[in-house]
Amino acid sequence: MIPGRPSLTESVLQSPSRLRVTAMRILLTITAVLVLALAAVVGRAEAQHELRGHVDALAIGGFAELEDAIAELAATGHPDAAPVLGMLRDGDLYVQPDGTVVRAERGGAGFLVSDPLTGEDLGEVGRGGVDRIRVNNNIRRAVRGALAGVTLMNPDPQIRYDAARTLSGAPSADMLEPLDAALAKEAVGWVREEMAHARAVIVLEPGSGADESTRIAAVERVAERANRDALVLLNAVAARDEGAVQAAAQDGIAAIERRLVIRDNAQHIWYGISLGSVLLLAAIGLAITFGVMGVINMAHGEMVMIGAYTTFVVQELIRNHAPGLFDASVLIAIPLAFLVAGAIGVAIERGIIRFLYGRPLETLLATWGLALILQQSVRSIFGPTNRQVGNPSWMSGAFDLWGLSITWGRLYIVIFALIVFAGLILLLRYSSFGLKVRAVTQNRRMAASMGIRTPWVDAMTFGLGSGIAGIAGVALSQIDNVSPNLGQGYIIDSFMVVVFGGVGNLWGTLVGAMTLGIVNKFLEPYAGAVLAKILVLVVVILFIQRRPRGLFALRGRAAEA
Amino acid sequence: MIAAAIRRGFEGHGWLIVAIILAFGAAVPILNLLLSPGHPLYPSSYMMVVFGRYLTLMLLALSVGLVWGYCGILSLGHGAFFALGGYAMGMYLMRQIGTRGVYGHPVLPDFMVFSNWDALPWYWHGFDQFWFAMIMVLVAPGVLAFVFGWLTFRSRVTGVYLSIISQAMTFALMLAFFRNEMGFGGNNGLTDFKDILGFDIQARETRAGLFFASAAALALGFAICRSIVTSKLGKVLVAVRDAESRTRFLGYRVEHYKLFVWVVSAMLAGLAGALYVPQVGIINPSEFSPANSIEIVVWVAVGGRGTLIGPLLGAGLVNYAKTWFTTAYPEMWLFALGALFVLVTVLLPKGIVGLAVSLRNRWGSRPKRPAAEPDAAAIQARPAE
Repeated sequence: MIPGRPSLTESVLQSPSRLRVTAMRILLTITAVLVLALAAVVGRAEAQHELRGHVDALAIGGFAELEDAIAELAATGHPDAAPVLGMLRDGDLYVQPDGTVVRAERGGAGFLVSDPLTGEDLGEVGRGGVDRIRVNNNIRRAVRGALAGVTLMNPDPQIRYDAARTLSGAPSADMLEPLDAALAKEAVGWVREEMAHARAVIVLEPGSGADESTRIAAVERVAERANRDALVLLNAVAARDEGAVQAAAQDGIAAIERRLVIRDNAQHIWYGISLGSVLLLAAIGLAITFGVMGVINMAHGEMVMIGAYTTFVVQELIRNHAPGLFDASVLIAIPLAFLVAGAIGVAIERGIIRFLYGRPLETLLATWGLALILQQSVRSIFGPTNRQVGNPSWMSGAFDLWGLSITWGRLYIVIFALIVFAGLILLLRYSSFGLKVRAVTQNRRMAASMGIRTPWVDAMTFGLGSGIAGIAGVALSQIDNVSPNLGQGYIIDSFMVVVFGGVGNLWGTLVGAMTLGIVNKFLEPYAGAVLAKILVLVVVILFIQRRPRGLFALRGRAAEA
Repeated sequence: MIAAAIRRGFEGHGWLIVAIILAFGAAVPILNLLLSPGHPLYPSSYMMVVFGRYLTLMLLALSVGLVWGYCGILSLGHGAFFALGGYAMGMYLMRQIGTRGVYGHPVLPDFMVFSNWDALPWYWHGFDQFWFAMIMVLVAPGVLAFVFGWLTFRSRVTGVYLSIISQAMTFALMLAFFRNEMGFGGNNGLTDFKDILGFDIQARETRAGLFFASAAALALGFAICRSIVTSKLGKVLVAVRDAESRTRFLGYRVEHYKLFVWVVSAMLAGLAGALYVPQVGIINPSEFSPANSIEIVVWVAVGGRGTLIGPLLGAGLVNYAKTWFTTAYPEMWLFALGALFVLVTVLLPKGIVGLAVSLRNRWGSRPKRPAAEPDAAAIQARPAE
């Protein structure tokens, strides 16, 4: 209390005349508020007049009457009817003693009451002040159907579409009428299509009473949807109906199964290409160091891992300093990963591998030792657990292509792998660096005599292979766990791809990666993921027996080196 | 003829090494059993277990050293043969558990009861007999090696290609043994062994017996390898290593020689695995991991390839270092191992034995190379290809 100033109570007690004035003022205010509220309610009531009667009808009588009232409310097709029906289904509608239906929620001492049509707050009532409108399963079903009917008329096409989908999921003959009405009014093509499908599903229900030709037409329409739901429905029809409808259903089943087989195969091929592009990314750097230079780099997988960790670091920096750039993080990481992994590659070549040229088995062991050191370094710096690398928004989500579900992330990785491959081919074919690399590969001493600095070319080639492993790591960080063991998981697969495709031939690597990826994915449904992998390994081992130099072997003198 | 070969194997320093191994193998268990813990010469039971394990790993290294050092086959999949021998022994030990398992089933091992198998798979039959298990210890890796080698050597897959597909072989086996459906205990492998030939596997006396058995197996393996490499066959193997095409043109069936030594080596590795498993008490699919196989190779490289004593030294030293590091500085071990790979290949291509030989040649009173090590000479004479 502020000293020196009397409180309201004190002043009221002290002066009777003031008390009168205050009372008058309060009374006036209340009246004004009441008048205003009344005007608002009357205005509202007038606007909602038609629905108000239907809503209040929900409170009259037993379940049978309630069902009728629901049907009448739905038949108005008014957009405000749907939310009310939803409240009824959820058990939120109550009736007041004066017969008006309100929405009530538990709160305070009793219920918080509001108008179901306008959402206007009607204050608070005691526990016994309102009575709940009871619903049973029949009512719920009626509400569901009615809701679909009402929403079929909604101005938003997406809501109409969803309503039609709901209908084909829970078909009922009662809905045929509102559906026909909606179909007649529907102008949007894709919504119409879904509604027509829902209609066909309803017609095929046992109680629809439709004639034979309608049912056959419906069977044909359902058969156009070559998915599992359609198959289940047609199987039911084929088991239930007789004569021409049954025959049509059986034809439809056969057609759907054919299409499903094709689609499954397409899906396997897509998954196979997706896996193949991952293998391609992991193996293509190896194809350069192993194929072009003849160096076995067992630390190749660790270069991939370093690329993935570069992505992680870039994302951490962006999260902390420039969150707005997050969507670009992967694009920023690509050149950085190339530089980081490439620099480490050059250092490895200059520091160790150049002493071991011509001794492939020793190179293998030394690079394996490097792999252990790199793994343990990353483990010491970043910890042994998986690190979280996020997907940019443009890489998440999926889209539908002829019934195939294709995720954007996978699609981008396939495209990225092909771009890297094409870039590498062009680099080796048309740049002066590529020319030097090919010259050194074919005849080292002759190239040196022509003035090519072969040690420099070796270092750069190794750096290039390592850098490409680094950018493969950026791509793999999007689909795999980023942990110190990331590289280990890919090294054997990568070697299989390179050896299978043929050493020294980048096209062989492409074909090898895609073949192994697709074969793997085709075996998986029959054998399971692990067994499929084992089978692929065994097949490659056996294949090498037939063609020890791979699918696309180098011929001539180069093969003897 | 065989007797002659063995006698030849004991010429030079060979008999000395075999005698040292056997003496060591007998002395440690006897001292452990007879002396009291306070005695200065008393080897503790823990040390006996650790060194018993080293003996089996030395035998494994010897098997890799035989094919790599004398025939030029760099196997990155020898861990698979080792693990197969280990699994054969593990299956015998599982069957010996009998009703003492958690579920008390008289025939089925615990993991089979747990995953609702109702009968023993066909390939588990016979493993309740020790003699059968011992045959399988040699036959299982031998058959795998024969099939793999027959396909590979016949189609002339050599060098790094062979290394890579041998690595793929052990990787595929690892994936296969991880599957529970295979009936080898899946992820957990075989463990909780109770006794071997009726003796409690935890008892000190059994440990002492296993130690001696490991030493005896190592001595036997050494004698076999020694008699191979000092025979005419051994000369052909070295010829194959140094110039395979030339040897073939001279009329030798190179693939037969390679196949023979490859299968012998796999069987030795299997025997090592069979002795390893009762001493560590577990066998699981991680023994098949490619990293394990490649680690064996570095033991040989550290010790010195192209010799038989090198792999033994290398396996002993590297594993001793591993035991020390993993208790003192566990996070440093992979750095040390990685550095070992790099340094040995770049600076010490002939390993410790090669270093010792060249030091003796430089400063020793007798510049003559020892007669028992013709292989070191062979390495030095090897043309740079």
